[in-house]
Amino acid sequence: MPVFDYAPAPESRDIVALRPGYGLFVDGAFTEPADGGTFKTVNPATEEVLAEVAEAGPADVDRAVAAARRAFDGVWGRMRPAERAKYLFRIARVLQERAREFAVLESLDNGKPIRESRDVDVPLAAAHFFYYAGWADKLRWAGFGGDPRPLGVAGQVIPWNFPLLMAAWKLAPALAAGNTCVLKPAETTPLSALLLAEVLQQVDLPPGVVNIVTGAGGTGRALVAHGGLDKVAFTGSTEVGKQIQRTLAGTRTKLTLELGGKAANIVFDDAPLDQAVEGIVNGIFFNQGHVCCAGSRLLVQESVAEPLLERLKQRLATLRLGDPLDKNTDIGAVNSAAQLERITELAASGDAEGAVRWQPECPLPDRGWWFPPTLFTGVSQSHRIAREEIFGPVLSVLTFRTPDEAVVKANNTPYGLSAGVWSEKGSRILWTAQRLRAGVVWANTFNRFDPASPFGGYKESGFGREGGRHGLEAYLDA
Amino acid sequence: MPDRLAVRKTYKLYVGGAFPRSESGRSYEITSAEGRFLANAAMASRKDVRDAVVAARGAFAKWSGATAYNRGQVLYRAAEVLEGRRAQFIDEVAASEGRDRDDAAGTVDAAVDRLVWYAGWSDKIAQIAGSANAVAGPYFNFSVPEPTGVVAVLAPQSSSLLGLVSVVAPVVVSGNTAVVVASEDAPLPAITFGEVLATSDVPGGVVNILTGRTAELAPVLASHMDVNAIDLHGAAAGAATDLEQAAAENVKRVLRRPDAEPDWRADPDPRRMLAFLETKTVWHPMGV
Repeated sequence: MPVFDYAPAPESRDIVALRPGYGLFVDGAFTEPADGGTFKTVNPATEEVLAEVAEAGPADVDRAVAAARRAFDGVWGRMRPAERAKYLFRIARVLQERAREFAVLESLDNGKPIRESRDVDVPLAAAHFFYYAGWADKLRWAGFGGDPRPLGVAGQVIPWNFPLLMAAWKLAPALAAGNTCVLKPAETTPLSALLLAEVLQQVDLPPGVVNIVTGAGGTGRALVAHGGLDKVAFTGSTEVGKQIQRTLAGTRTKLTLELGGKAANIVFDDAPLDQAVEGIVNGIFFNQGHVCCAGSRLLVQESVAEPLLERLKQRLATLRLGDPLDKNTDIGAVNSAAQLERITELAASGDAEGAVRWQPECPLPDRGWWFPPTLFTGVSQSHRIAREEIFGPVLSVLTFRTPDEAVVKANNTPYGLSAGVWSEKGSRILWTAQRLRAGVVWANTFNRFDPASPFGGYKESGFGREGGRHGLEAYLDA
Repeated sequence: MPDRLAVRKTYKLYVGGAFPRSESGRSYEITSAEGRFLANAAMASRKDVRDAVVAARGAFAKWSGATAYNRGQVLYRAAEVLEGRRAQFIDEVAASEGRDRDDAAGTVDAAVDRLVWYAGWSDKIAQIAGSANAVAGPYFNFSVPEPTGVVAVLAPQSSSLLGLVSVVAPVVVSGNTAVVVASEDAPLPAITFGEVLATSDVPGGVVNILTGRTAELAPVLASHMDVNAIDLHGAAAGAATDLEQAAAENVKRVLRRPDAEPDWRADPDPRRMLAFLETKTVWHPMGV
């Protein structure tokens, strides 16, 4: 059979004008940190340093919270809601206008394929601002009483897997409801949030309404523990989420948490198999598996396990791993050396505990951090790769015989963020969905996101919802 | 004498995305509030109404089938274009309604903001008008709002732009298409608003604007069997009952003529949107 190879199709990175250094965005301007600390952010596909970024300490966090409080009391909290709405519409529009620039920057800093940053992250981020802009002057119809009030100042800590999109998920509903924000991006992916700060300047957002403090865990801890917040929103690991919940115990600070997951993707014997294969691939290999709602546990009905796995392996062999800026790339770089180490260690535990590893032939680039698409069969529920969140392109395959068994196995996890169901039979899908203890259930699809649709978890995947009408509640005194 | 003679605009109808003259070849004189000649407006006929309904019906499938997000973006785009023509509309509204420029400017600004307000509703109507219904049985049961179809709108007579935007936007944001009869004595801003729509990615036929005698056109719309609903806002007081009776022939949804003209500057509420929605309830069994 002739092999038709793909020619390289790299997106140009010239559209992004990186500055050598970035300050903290406080009170409408980029400022130097009080103690002058900086850290480097790196392109995970090349290990090249992209920029030096200021590291915010407690004094900087304090300054940012104070700026947010002034903006809340003086401008944003008392602005006519229709005017707030128009600022958010402007942000949505500028994100659309500068979409390519954001997409390239996101792929540079995060390592995700340009196809995903271009078609998912950036358009969805703009759509979130557009959606919540519309709510800003319609809050009395949102179902939280006739005159719902904002909370005040929100501290928001976001992860590295969808840097711009997570910033949008946090900022848009908070601002629409009338709150002001202090946002802490992840230390490995601060750049798109800082470019967003430039957008906020372009749209003349009043100073202090959004402040961005970059840094690592210490900065996040300083923000969360700052006594001046009315609200904390966190997306990240369950472990850190629990620390934050403990930190805020006994305070009056409202908290929402969007944490880890170990989603079951259930394939019944009557599922459309080709469609299911695409959904499974999208479910676990989207964004290198750096997705809290990734379908990382495949539960297949025994009678179709063999044909399904055969097709799945064929499909995995066609995935293209490599340059994130190449438009044909399916799987980009793992975001950091630390994350690669974690994935590698957990995959090794799969081998050690007796699961069977399968990987397609997949040459890895010499530089950068990479992990090939990986599938484990013969996985039992007690294996670490069936219990712990790997946050990488590793799929654990388990089987079941009856629908009841599928539900029991799917729910056998401390997490409860998402789940997938594949079947041609509508009543079976709904029966299953009703029994799954998960905040989002995808039927015959996976990893769908929309600003109108609430997202969030059951159990140790967190509480509170982001997106949709429900997402407003997190930022209202309701 | 000025050095240069201005090129005046011919005000025509706005039907199916184009600007035709009335097929009747008729027009009528439009003057400013002080009686100064402004333009000759097309005087639409019964046949123009029918053409407009055909255009609206033709546009319905695509417009109602577009995503709510897309409709919201398109209406927001119309607001952007309206804002860009702010000065032109201030002149037209001031001349048409006899307002001073500051007052007219406030009206135009409110019209832009009104369009933005409704644009934001596109993907939220279902979230306040739909529901998941807890029926007593193993069924998944939900209700969603859907657009009613082609809606005839008799626009307010006194508020030529803000009133017009305030009655048209709630009709089309949910996916309906509209045939609008503009203010009879002040129709010019409506036709210029048609130019805004024509340059804003609003598909042709979604909004069709007729100018002419309300008393002549309204009965044709009220009795038209392919019109699903009618807003009688701009009807004459004495005509409303007859129009409602005519509307009964195909059970049109009727938004009644108000007793008094509302304050169009006041904040709106969702009622105008809800008036032109159907509720669809779907049952689906749950079970292995």
